[in-house]
Amino acid sequence: MNDTETVYDALDQAHGGEGQWAFGTGFDDPLAGVDTTVPDGVDAADLGAYCLMLGDDALVLSQRLTEWATRSPELEEEVAVANCALDLLGQARLLLGRAGTCGVLGRSRSLATESIPDEDALAYFRAPDEFRNHVLVEVDGGDFAQTMVRLLIASAYRLAVFTRLRDSRDPVLSAIAAKGVHELTYHRDYAARWVLRLGDGTAESHRRAAVAVDALWPLLADLFTATEVETRLTGAGVAVDPGGFEVEVREVLGTVLTRATLDAPEWPVARPSPGRAGSHTPELAPLLAELQGLAREHPAATW
Amino acid sequence: MTAVADVRESDLQEYFDATIAHDRRIEPRDWMPEAYRKTLVRQIAQHAHSEIIGMQPEGDWLLAAPSLRRKAILLAKVQDEAGHGMYLYAAAETLGADRADLTDKLIERKQKYSSIFNYPTLTYADVGVIGWLVDGAAICNQVPLCRSSYGPYARAMIRVCKEESFHQRQGFELLMTMMRGTEGQQAMVQDAVDRWWWPSLMMFGPPDDDSPNSAQSMAWGIKRHSNDELRQRYVDMTVPQAAVLGVQLPDPELALDESTRRYRFGPIDWSEFKQVVSGHGPCNDERITRRRAARDDNAWVLEAATAYAAKHSA
Repeated sequence: MNDTETVYDALDQAHGGEGQWAFGTGFDDPLAGVDTTVPDGVDAADLGAYCLMLGDDALVLSQRLTEWATRSPELEEEVAVANCALDLLGQARLLLGRAGTCGVLGRSRSLATESIPDEDALAYFRAPDEFRNHVLVEVDGGDFAQTMVRLLIASAYRLAVFTRLRDSRDPVLSAIAAKGVHELTYHRDYAARWVLRLGDGTAESHRRAAVAVDALWPLLADLFTATEVETRLTGAGVAVDPGGFEVEVREVLGTVLTRATLDAPEWPVARPSPGRAGSHTPELAPLLAELQGLAREHPAATW
Repeated sequence: MTAVADVRESDLQEYFDATIAHDRRIEPRDWMPEAYRKTLVRQIAQHAHSEIIGMQPEGDWLLAAPSLRRKAILLAKVQDEAGHGMYLYAAAETLGADRADLTDKLIERKQKYSSIFNYPTLTYADVGVIGWLVDGAAICNQVPLCRSSYGPYARAMIRVCKEESFHQRQGFELLMTMMRGTEGQQAMVQDAVDRWWWPSLMMFGPPDDDSPNSAQSMAWGIKRHSNDELRQRYVDMTVPQAAVLGVQLPDPELALDESTRRYRFGPIDWSEFKQVVSGHGPCNDERITRRRAARDDNAWVLEAATAYAAKHSA
């Protein structure tokens, strides 16, 4: 290797002239090549609303996981947690983009300038009560036990959704789900391995894991009642009714907890999700304030 | 020590010297002088620490990145830096060091990291400028290390350099985008360049006549070029890029020397460098405090993993 060669020379040779200056950010249009026409018999507003639900779950959980950056227990966890956050951020971008193509932008589109893409208009220019994520993903991250128990629940749930959405009549949702299933399988297994270690590790880690399970279990109540949008879209072959896989998720979580020597609290009675209706805990607003602050300070800027 | 052992050691030294002289690699199993091993452990650990501490200044913008695309780029970059830290600690471990022990030395301030990471990131333009200038300077330093005489270090550096060059291009692309943006964004970029330019020149270390360890490291093939030579190369490479970007580098003496075709630049404030290196930069305490908290607050997690592994290894 010739060490007088700089990376610039290499870039210049590969791309010639001006190419070296702004080459290689490598993020293409996420929906390129996929037919974005809304399928026959499907209400675009419903489809967009559904994409917001799934997109907001991913965006908010990604932000919570990103809070661990530079603060993780080990470098391996630094990499793995960032990896989960990046996967979810990628899913959020695709889903918010799909909500945009369905025209579900509301006020956010007029608050954001033209140059801002739909995904950012939706992420940065909606108020907390316009977010449609489940409360499970927004509550404070807490310690590493809380983070891993939450990731286990959220990824077991999301994997059940995405596994079924691969057969969605919406080609975009189907493509997003097919990619996401691999990612979510890893997230679920990663979280499950940590729940095992923490539950069956030391007395202290067991105590912390048990506290996390007790704190998060009641939020399972929100996850399995279909909204009206989900019911209509399930009828149209586009979405899935979460009530249909409650037993499956319950079994997955039960298996992990038993092997982790943790007691499963009583399974809560399902209720309509407040988050899906825009009703959130006080913990969401500060999360969004941090996420959105800079973009809103410079509404005419392009990044 | 017996005469036999003396002979053996001198043979080994001779073989080591011949390996270096022929520009071949020293591998972990090979005999090496203790001073060579120590120098390498110190340098590789310092490099690994720099990757890990270097996650913090940019990481401070992760939650607030102004678009989802920028957030994804930055998160991937910070994740890569954790990965670089891992390869480099692994390279140090081939020399008999232990990652946890090196981390303790960092936290106890017995080992250093690049002083550049003790400056704060005040605006989002700093993310771009760190990519362009700080990663650019790091690449100038590190490309020659791909030919370092110690095999595992050289091989780790090849991968690190590839990823660093990707980060550098992303930083430059962010700055180009901001320079095409609003006046406020352009001012942010210029302000960030004003703050980072001189510290980036200091990344190459003290001038050659004040760099006591350099000669030995060069003789051993650990280091390939002098600090001043690399600094000059960095300046020559960066000035034309600043012109493309449309920013001013904050040095009134910066000018092309027509006879050498190299850029002359003004004097570096080495008293500032010494101040920061000795622990009195703007963010030294904050950086170490956070690293310490990551270790101490999560110690129970690693204890759990160890206990679990012990229970289930039978």
